[in-house]
Amino acid sequence: MSQVTEQTIQKDDYSLHLFDTKKFKTNTIVLKFTRPLKRENITERALLPFVLQKGSEKYPTERALRQQLDELYGAKFSIYGGKKGENHIVTFILDIPNEKFIKDEETLTKEGLQFLSEVLTKPKAKNQAFDETLVEKEKDTLKSKIQSIIDEKMQYANMRLIDEMCEDEAFGIHAHGYLDDLPQLDGKSLYETYQQMITEDRLDVYVVGDFDNDQMEKDIEENLSFSRNPQASIYRSESILPKKVETITEKQKIQQAKLHMGFRTGVQFADDNFPALQVFNGIFGGYPHSKLFLNVREKHSLAYYAASRFESNKGLLFVFSGIAPDKYDQAREIIEAQHQAISEGEITDKEIDQTKKAITNQLKETLDRSTGIIDLFHQQVIGGKSEDPQAIAKAIQSVTKEDVIAVSKQIELDTVYFLTAENGGEEA
Amino acid sequence: MKELTIPRINETIYQETLPNGLTVFYYPKEDFEKTFAIFSTNYGSIDQKFTPLNSDEFTQVPDGIAHFLEHKMFEKEDGDVFQHFSERGASANAFTSFTQTAYLFSSTEDEERNVETLLDFVQDPYFTEQTVEKEKGIIEQEIRMYDDQSDWRLFFGTLQSMFENHPVRIDIAGTVDSIYTITREDLYLCYETFYHPSNMSLFVIGNFSLQEMAELVRNNQAKKEFAPIDDIKRDYGEEKDPVFKKKEVIHMPVQTPKCMVGIKDKKEHLQTSELLKNELVRELVMDLYFSKSGKYFEELYNEGLVIETLRLESYMEKSFGVTMIGGRTLKPEEFSDRVIDMLLNLKNSTISEEGFSRMKKRKYGELIRDFNELEGTANQIIHYHDLSVDYRNIFETLENLTRDDMKKVIDGWIDQDQITVCMVLPEEE
Repeated sequence: MSQVTEQTIQKDDYSLHLFDTKKFKTNTIVLKFTRPLKRENITERALLPFVLQKGSEKYPTERALRQQLDELYGAKFSIYGGKKGENHIVTFILDIPNEKFIKDEETLTKEGLQFLSEVLTKPKAKNQAFDETLVEKEKDTLKSKIQSIIDEKMQYANMRLIDEMCEDEAFGIHAHGYLDDLPQLDGKSLYETYQQMITEDRLDVYVVGDFDNDQMEKDIEENLSFSRNPQASIYRSESILPKKVETITEKQKIQQAKLHMGFRTGVQFADDNFPALQVFNGIFGGYPHSKLFLNVREKHSLAYYAASRFESNKGLLFVFSGIAPDKYDQAREIIEAQHQAISEGEITDKEIDQTKKAITNQLKETLDRSTGIIDLFHQQVIGGKSEDPQAIAKAIQSVTKEDVIAVSKQIELDTVYFLTAENGGEEA
Repeated sequence: MKELTIPRINETIYQETLPNGLTVFYYPKEDFEKTFAIFSTNYGSIDQKFTPLNSDEFTQVPDGIAHFLEHKMFEKEDGDVFQHFSERGASANAFTSFTQTAYLFSSTEDEERNVETLLDFVQDPYFTEQTVEKEKGIIEQEIRMYDDQSDWRLFFGTLQSMFENHPVRIDIAGTVDSIYTITREDLYLCYETFYHPSNMSLFVIGNFSLQEMAELVRNNQAKKEFAPIDDIKRDYGEEKDPVFKKKEVIHMPVQTPKCMVGIKDKKEHLQTSELLKNELVRELVMDLYFSKSGKYFEELYNEGLVIETLRLESYMEKSFGVTMIGGRTLKPEEFSDRVIDMLLNLKNSTISEEGFSRMKKRKYGELIRDFNELEGTANQIIHYHDLSVDYRNIFETLENLTRDDMKKVIDGWIDQDQITVCMVLPEEE
């Protein structure tokens, strides 16, 4: 594996992470604002990215703002919110062509930084409040977005599973906000949340591309300094043990049913058995060679997809499958049997070997995308454990069959969510 | 071996055609960890009426067969090919589009053995009655999954409204009914016809040794025997230039309506020599007027007719071309009326020099950015190769394009008769 040289520079009020590589034709600049997930301000934090992208002092409309990005050779820009474990993160991303490939351009990346600074620190606001008309309009956008989740069945089923499973935990908070909060929300309350974010959140700045580190550090310092007083630190979740298994069934007018299952692993990113969890997931449902794919799909033709995925910062693991509505019992039984089989040691050397290779391959491929590099290192910031890719790969290699069995025995089913057809499986 | 250079971005691609007719591209990128390879046939869902190998008589096969064939290529007498790739840590996949079926893998080690496996499994079909039957349940679930997705339904609804006879109006995976009629013999017939090396390309990009890889591919192909190269005739039916229907409405359980306005291309605009330019103009028009920096997007937003963003798509192939503008909207009727007015109005408006040069800058940056991504780069070059177009010319086409050229293309392209509308609306109580 080639070296990815990360240089982290700890500033007073933010962390700067520089990755100098010649792989890409663009430079990617990412800002991540992090604070613990809270029910009180989540809808404001969900709305903020919409409003901030609608204009600034210098670029008073969304159109003016986007025209400036066109001038910067189609720089790609977006702001979005999301959760990682029980933290909420607002991300600003700018991906701008490297001036090395453009005739007569020398300061493109610097102009990109100026743009970022403008949008971040000079939003369209007056007297400590965002423009009221704008806020009202974007409240409608968010409202419609929340209402449309039900139209995307896979996403809806995921959300409903977590709703039921983590009802009393911060992880159950919807990162996209709540309809009930919208009427009370106004330009003033949104501005307060904005102020809090830019001054008090933990801030990580990532830059990936072909540049001179010292010059980039200077340019960032010059363009992205604003007065900050960070208060927020990253929240690391406690593991929760499952009670008895809950099964929830919901009916809609659909053709394909979704069977989604939530497990508690008790394993988090910084734990010693985290690599064993990764290998477990690969054997169970992470890949086309996994037990779920081979048994649910290939052997029994029950599903088009059947897979598992773990949440690194909360000790959870999810299984997703799309099945015929009348195949619920059979599918659930087969899924649970695959977990049982791993716990009982029914794992071949080949399965372990394939899985380790697949994880290593995926890790290396992550390094071929600038956002992949950033996500990999930001996860380490959130998870509280820092390792270079070589060390991660080594830890995966050293996982034994016994380690996988041990972690499998520790994983318990918590909640089953079944979204099925109204006519209960008769031909539509 | 030919050297294809792209001086503007310091890149070089190598190309050769093997004696059996296979076109091979090699694009070494040693800074990268991975190697990506794609083995692609110029055969997709629309190729369902054709002259089979060694025959001059047209034959018609069931809807969805190209996609079915793609699924079945992975299964062999000794099991699943996925396994061979995963033993070496590679991840393999495949896709079927209107005009292409492609098999691919990416890996960070053992790339030569993986390329060998890729060539061997695609060139060694194994279909039995039993394995064909088994696949039907899986594909049925795939079709039903897409049937629940409103974006997918909107997209095909638009095509069905545009085209009367062209098979692009048929879902790539076919229908639940059509796939149950597919037989092992059908699969072999399509395979023998369309998987001949002369109808295929291999593209290898990433971290590998050019000399060794080229040697391996040449030897691998030289060992195998193929029928002599035969010309394939394809029939896409009689399709008139104007749209089939002006409007199509689909009711399904959604919260928010969706609407799509589609422009169907006239056949005269699909000529190979004009394709890059015509496609570029369509994309620039979308950017200039309907993207978030565009005048018309701003109007639609201010009038409350669009939520968040528009979906903008443009496809041009040898036998069909479409451009689509759509999105979620609370007022689908007003949305479609306004978008159609805007499109027709483009014929009378002049493009400012400033806006034009801004769009060219943006497009240039996007062309450069595309090279960050190995998969996208390989797909793009193969796609244009199948259309007999050298993709590298895109840079020159963009640089040489004038406002007058753009105006002329727009005048020929947009017409009332070429425009259709499709809506996905909530079910009536």
